[in-house]
Amino acid sequence: MATLREDFPVLDRQVGGDVTTPGPDDADDTPLVYLDNAATSHTPEPVVEAIADFYRTYNANVHRGIHHLSQEASVAYEEAHDRVAEFIGAAGREEVIFTKNTTESENLVAYAWGLSELGPGDNVVMSQMEHHASLVTWQQICKKTGAEARYVRLTDGGHLDMDHAAELIDDDTQMVSTLHVSNTLGTVNPVEELTQMAHEHDAFSFVDGAQAVPHMPVDVKEIDCDFYAFSGHKMCGPTGIGVLYGKQAVLEEMQPYLYGGEMIRSVTFEESDWEELPWKFEAGTPVIAQGVGLHAAVDYIDEIGIERIHDHGSSLAAYAYDRLTEHDDVTVYGPPGDDRASLVAFNVDGVHAHDLSSIVNDYGVAIRAGDHCTQPLHDELGAAASARASFYLYNTRDEVDALVDAVDEARQLFA
Amino acid sequence: MGIGGGSDMYRQQILDHYKNPRNYGELEDPDISHTGENPSCGDTITLDIALADDGETIERAVFSGDGCAISQASASMLSQELHGTTLSELEAMGREDITEMLGVDISPMRIKCAVLARQVAQDGAKLKDGDITDLDVTQVE
Repeated sequence: MATLREDFPVLDRQVGGDVTTPGPDDADDTPLVYLDNAATSHTPEPVVEAIADFYRTYNANVHRGIHHLSQEASVAYEEAHDRVAEFIGAAGREEVIFTKNTTESENLVAYAWGLSELGPGDNVVMSQMEHHASLVTWQQICKKTGAEARYVRLTDGGHLDMDHAAELIDDDTQMVSTLHVSNTLGTVNPVEELTQMAHEHDAFSFVDGAQAVPHMPVDVKEIDCDFYAFSGHKMCGPTGIGVLYGKQAVLEEMQPYLYGGEMIRSVTFEESDWEELPWKFEAGTPVIAQGVGLHAAVDYIDEIGIERIHDHGSSLAAYAYDRLTEHDDVTVYGPPGDDRASLVAFNVDGVHAHDLSSIVNDYGVAIRAGDHCTQPLHDELGAAASARASFYLYNTRDEVDALVDAVDEARQLFA
Repeated sequence: MGIGGGSDMYRQQILDHYKNPRNYGELEDPDISHTGENPSCGDTITLDIALADDGETIERAVFSGDGCAISQASASMLSQELHGTTLSELEAMGREDITEMLGVDISPMRIKCAVLARQVAQDGAKLKDGDITDLDVTQVE
């Protein structure tokens, strides 16, 4: 994987200088060690080139022009849907809606489906490890509709308590919405089983795959979920694009979330009717350049091989787990090293996560510190915040060592 | 290292105040008592202030709380700094006064940790004077 780093020029950057003006400056003097990939991944040259090529040579709005450039842009934009569908095992472009991000994908379903279908007596089942994207969205839709929000407990080992899930999912459950991979614990959840449990009670299943699709093979038909969401920028693509997969039959029944141009077939002063899928859910000028970029990102990942990316990330996470837990004062949250996705969230006794992050930053090491959009989970863990290192295809063992050394500096400073 | 880097921010003075906080605790009958938090970090500070008979001069400031080194050291130093100052001097304290007090460059992302204690003190004083009435807990974002 080492040669892949050449595709990511930002990885050669030095840091440490002035942060108030973007980009390198003369005061940057420390090589960057980028371990914040669960927040966002870097963008390889072929993806940057694809986006630049769009703007340089065939930039146009889609679906409304019959001029040459508009046709080229429309073809590219539609093919991006086909490519994503193929990548996640969807039936076709009808099942792939481009949104702004995973959060918007959650909101789309919550508003377009939840607001009209949920009511008092119904419940939505989530888990205690939910990201705010899902938790806050369904929590608020439940408040609006009178439905009940339920949360599946965790085991001590950081997995979902499936017995508790079986208790919570009942005939009043309308939606089971869970993470595929926890962005804090690194747990890989049994989403097939959860989907099956949902379906046994005639409930829908929504899977948040923001931390899964970039890192492991995902086949939505195998999972059999009704909805699946993820973001482009965590998988070598640009920011500004998310994906909502939905089963065609389910999407057909849903009303639009946003109204406006692009999503209509015909409009009178009195009535409108909707475009076919997926355009019905993509109102206004859509994310054209981002779609082109996401297409290139999927190509990039496919060329390397998602299995290979998965094995690389898991092995780095296991190595980081082992190295960090060499010290008794380190708590790593979630399952053991050989049973986790490519991230480790941890705390060092006596060093607040924000202090830790500031100090390792001085050694060029970029990690995340905070609640990682899982405040209720952190409450359960009894920690206000944690530090998180997350890995991707271009990271190395040397970079894990750099993290461990920098953590050691922090430990000594606070001793 | 560069601006706002760890070694700059964690000079001995900060670490000393973090590890050995001054004026840590609570006052039995404070003239001012107010709490603030930094929700994104989980930093919390409660500041108790006793005033002299003139009702204006701070006789004693005591704090308790939990959080990162920057927030706690800042509260510890401020508790010393406030001794003998007046409420109007407190009101006039700006961000620069805090960074000057800390004696280090604070990176932009951490400035909210550094100013939490000052904000708690200022809001506490305003609550006492009735300048603000509807504030339960100060939140610094």
